[in-house]
Amino acid sequence: MKHGPFARAVLALFFVGLLMVPSVFRRIAADRQSAKTRLDTKESLARHGFYLQEVSKAAGVDFVHEGPTLDPKLKEIMPEVASMGASVSIVDFDRDGWPDIYVTNSKIGSKNALYRNMHDGTFKDVASEMGVADVNKLGTGVSMGAVWGDYDNDGYEDLLLIKWGKPELFHNDHGHGFTRVTEQAGLPKWINANTAIWFDYDGDGLLDLFIGGYYPEDVDLWHLTTTKIMPDSFEYAKNGGRKYLFHNLGNGKFEEVSAKVGIDSRRWALAAGAADLRGTGHQDLFIANDYGVSELYLNDGKRFHEVGEETGIGFSPKSGMNVAFGDIMNQGKYSVYVSNISEEGVLIQGNNLWVPEDGTPAGTIKYQNLARDMGVELGGWSFGAQFGDLNNDGNLDLYLTNGYVSLDRNRSYWYDFSKVSGGNSTIIGDAKNWPAMDGRSLSGYQTKRVWLNDGAGRFVDVAQAVGVTDTYDGRAVALADLWNTGALDVVVATERGPLLIYKNTVDPADQWIEFQLEGTKSNRSAIGAELTLYWDGKEQIQEVSGGCGFAAQNDRRLHFGLGKNPKIEKAVIRWPSGKVQTVDELKPDELYTVKEPL
Amino acid sequence: MNEQIAAPNIALENPRGGNRLLALLDSRYTPPVFITLILLAGHLSFGMLESYQKTLLAIAASIATELVLSRFFMGKWPHLASAYITGISVGILVRSPAYWPFALGAMISITSKYVLRYKGRHLWNPSNLGISALLFLAGDIVASLSIQWGNFLLPLLVIWALGAVIIWRLRRFHITGTYVVFFLLFAVLRSWITGSPVLSEISPITGPEYQLFIFFMITDPKTTVKSRRGQCAVAFAVALVEMVMRLDRVIYAPFYALFFVGPIALLVEMWWQSRRVQVAAATA
Repeated sequence: MKHGPFARAVLALFFVGLLMVPSVFRRIAADRQSAKTRLDTKESLARHGFYLQEVSKAAGVDFVHEGPTLDPKLKEIMPEVASMGASVSIVDFDRDGWPDIYVTNSKIGSKNALYRNMHDGTFKDVASEMGVADVNKLGTGVSMGAVWGDYDNDGYEDLLLIKWGKPELFHNDHGHGFTRVTEQAGLPKWINANTAIWFDYDGDGLLDLFIGGYYPEDVDLWHLTTTKIMPDSFEYAKNGGRKYLFHNLGNGKFEEVSAKVGIDSRRWALAAGAADLRGTGHQDLFIANDYGVSELYLNDGKRFHEVGEETGIGFSPKSGMNVAFGDIMNQGKYSVYVSNISEEGVLIQGNNLWVPEDGTPAGTIKYQNLARDMGVELGGWSFGAQFGDLNNDGNLDLYLTNGYVSLDRNRSYWYDFSKVSGGNSTIIGDAKNWPAMDGRSLSGYQTKRVWLNDGAGRFVDVAQAVGVTDTYDGRAVALADLWNTGALDVVVATERGPLLIYKNTVDPADQWIEFQLEGTKSNRSAIGAELTLYWDGKEQIQEVSGGCGFAAQNDRRLHFGLGKNPKIEKAVIRWPSGKVQTVDELKPDELYTVKEPL
Repeated sequence: MNEQIAAPNIALENPRGGNRLLALLDSRYTPPVFITLILLAGHLSFGMLESYQKTLLAIAASIATELVLSRFFMGKWPHLASAYITGISVGILVRSPAYWPFALGAMISITSKYVLRYKGRHLWNPSNLGISALLFLAGDIVASLSIQWGNFLLPLLVIWALGAVIIWRLRRFHITGTYVVFFLLFAVLRSWITGSPVLSEISPITGPEYQLFIFFMITDPKTTVKSRRGQCAVAFAVALVEMVMRLDRVIYAPFYALFFVGPIALLVEMWWQSRRVQVAAATA
């Protein structure tokens, strides 16, 4: 060193300063977040404009999910591999104007539940009498999710049940019961699926069906012939289940056309969603894959073209577990939220918020991940998430549930997990090489996120403050105005835990409007219909979804928060048929039923 | 990682054909070229880099810090090969959704060379120290590369073969070899102690993190002892400490093991040398 003690002291101070930088960033990040302490309801209402109360028991819902028990060859890592199956979908199956709830169970012999809304704040399980309860019979696999769509346009929502096992299609007999029509429909004998969505990909007015495989379809998880069933890479795996696109032929039958239309992937799909991302009138298909990159299939009405890399979403392999669309900046464009894994000190993938870039040529799209900039990046071992305006302030908020395996609080499996997941494919791909879990947790007992959108590009987590304090292993999230109060309630399906119903109370000064759409030339469920609402100089686009999030489906009704004293200009509906309809003279705090004009 | 690469004492006058390649391999540019090739191969085949901007940021921060500190404290413009390696190593091994850890890790690494010195030598392998500091101090936002480099056999074999040849040409293969042999032996021992499958204990060394660790980090001439036997002993000690840490379920055991063993080995060597000098002086 050429300089004396003073210079060396300055250098040492500089070095110490560098070492202190992480704590400075941590403090800044903490300051950006809301207080972690729970507020009472009055304070929460005053500060955030809403509060949530878990009311499942009061609502007569005592559903507890039971997880699957797979082949004994997987005994040592059973909690890890048998960690999904809790799902929730919202449907008004009897067309009484009140949302009902369908939830899946995943133990052999367990029953799924269909909670009929009794209009008085309570629900009643009618799954057995309707014929959609006893669907987890020995030899048929167990439920992983359910999505509803009126595939025959008779006005009643039909049920597609996906399983690690035999997928099932149930026809809704005008709300009085369900008839199993799986064989007539031509569905395969076995798919180990975790995601499915209804959408009319070719615009023929009939709902088609996408199903994404997770484990390969030739694997019977209860009768394994080999333990080599695991992904061959933690982030580049392509040895998962195949993808299916069932084209609705209109006579109760479906034709599998995935290869014909350009969908060919064996990534491990966990979530999918469809939305018209480019304004072409065709719904594009977004798939979040575990153990790899997400895929985006652009739809030209006849064929799909995978453009993950071109659009920027096909790099950075992570553990995709969710697809949710939301116009978070009120610009008439969808952003896409994909959840991943973040575990402090081990693995920081970060969730992705894919925001479309401005200025791309017409018909093309490019995304940038702004999850970090907007504050929705770190959510633990994240699973289901949904966009919805929880406080009716006119900006879409984001509800995220998380947590993987909650066993022994004091012992973690992460060390063992990281050992194997970084290894060669021959090691990671064989379940017998995975160390025994032995009661250890893997990202268990995690706190949830309720990210409020400030409308200026930042989300702030208020989960604890507004009453979301559960630490169950959350899987699916669905939003619905369950009690027709003009507030979005939250239903959360938890793995090996209770079904949670968070009733939402919103400051009445913040107003809302809801739309129930029904197609005529388009599919009757109106899945794929887009409504752009114009008010107070703002615009927000929402679409009727045939399934989104993780193993979930929101209510078909579109809910818009409007803020205080809103002046509504108009609503413009673009139906899947291509027809555009403008609705004027709208008033806040009303539910409008709109039928596609003939 | 290899901050200063010692050129082997091999005469290669007027190199031709294959010898030109050997000359290149023997130069101080070999490790930078090799690590760049690894980076490019990993990124082009697997899209390994979450963001090339982050890697470039780490390289830029590393080089800028080296330039400033060397000019100011050493009074000379530095050769930038080592700073480049440090930057690129931080860029590969640090995983974070944020940008700042890449710059900070590189700056801590380089600055440590000028601060943490004893008798004119820096004690820690700079990138080992920088990465260890980040993992310890910023675990909420930083992890290390452990999975994001494909898990397939071919790239693994190519990198191991190329790395082995280059390290052998640089006459440091015995360090890598010793470490690998003892890692495998200790893996079997850990499996016997914990009851975990043997392959689960061997698994980490088949990952990319270890490829960088065994070819670049533990072989760094500036922060390894001088004698060949001593180098083997240190490699053994790193593997041993790592095993103990792994029994305590420490995820980043190899980084931390080198963090502790490396400087201690250097201090012991310095003490031993000064003692020999004293004894020699007393005898004279």
